[in-house]
Amino acid sequence: MNSSEIWITILVAAGVSLLVRALPLTLIRRPIKNRFIRSFLFYVPYATLAVMTFPAMIDAAAHPVAGIAALAAGAIAAWCRLGLFPVAIISCAVEFLAGLIPV
Amino acid sequence: MRRNRDYTRRMVLKGLRDGLPIGLGYFAVAFSLGITARGAGVSPLQGWVASILNHASAGEYALYALIGTHAAVWETAAVIFVTNMRYLLMSAALSQKMDPKAGFLRRLGTGFCITDEIFGLAVAHPGAVSCTYLWTAFILADLMWAGGTLCGILAGNVLPANVVTALSVAIYGMFLAIIIPPARKSRVLCGLILVAFACSFAFGRLLPSLSEGTRTIILTVGLSAGAALLFPLKEEEDGKEAKA
Repeated sequence: MNSSEIWITILVAAGVSLLVRALPLTLIRRPIKNRFIRSFLFYVPYATLAVMTFPAMIDAAAHPVAGIAALAAGAIAAWCRLGLFPVAIISCAVEFLAGLIPV
Repeated sequence: MRRNRDYTRRMVLKGLRDGLPIGLGYFAVAFSLGITARGAGVSPLQGWVASILNHASAGEYALYALIGTHAAVWETAAVIFVTNMRYLLMSAALSQKMDPKAGFLRRLGTGFCITDEIFGLAVAHPGAVSCTYLWTAFILADLMWAGGTLCGILAGNVLPANVVTALSVAIYGMFLAIIIPPARKSRVLCGLILVAFACSFAFGRLLPSLSEGTRTIILTVGLSAGAALLFPLKEEEDGKEAKA
């Protein structure tokens, strides 16, 4: 993409994110009652983030073994509720160390 | 008047105190995001502006992936909508915590602040949302987020290649830290995450022509709708749990 195309993409993304964040807050003044919509919205973050994590995390690593090691270490750390920052650091450290091993 | 000013001061201080640790975490993750942005050909200024305005890890990661793959404008809008869809829920939840007299601009401004962590602060704050508190925490955290992106774009080429590769998995580590802890308490969420992993892998292998963004939209909508039909939330389960 050239520079002006990138600017347009960034502004479109900014506009859409603002709409998503602000629309319900400005429009809804009562609780959402519909059970399907509430359930759907509840599951959305898990589905999106899971789809984006795998197999992309494996592909981002130096080689698949390092990727799988980083995924496993991150998943275990997250399971132990270590928080966003520590889990991210542990994943990086494991990828770095496993990446040193030639495969 | 004097009491009012004291209250404002206290809310600003509380906002700074709670915004700083969030901002430190943001800086590190945004740094790795900056490396991704750099790979997609985004300039430091563009990355800074994109981060100030979008301030969403998954959404921005998707944004730089879209830029890197020359996505069409409609595809950008659709992917950003889907990756940020969880904010619809948070925004809806916050609408219940707003001062009912709050006008359009205050609601718009509060909506702009929403991130997973700022939403967490808003929920934890007793009573109606204090906009001064929320905005102070948000502005500090957002500046550190954008600063991290800027440094990632600038310093990405100073670091050795294997360090850059290692940092590029940080964002996925953060995603894991968001989705896995709530899955401990829910077998449905555990199953959903594993099925999503499997589907994402299978789609990538079987339909390699499908772009990553389109794959994310189709799978998110399909899997969430399926989960909502098969395992609808019980009445007492609240949308708030989605962020935990």
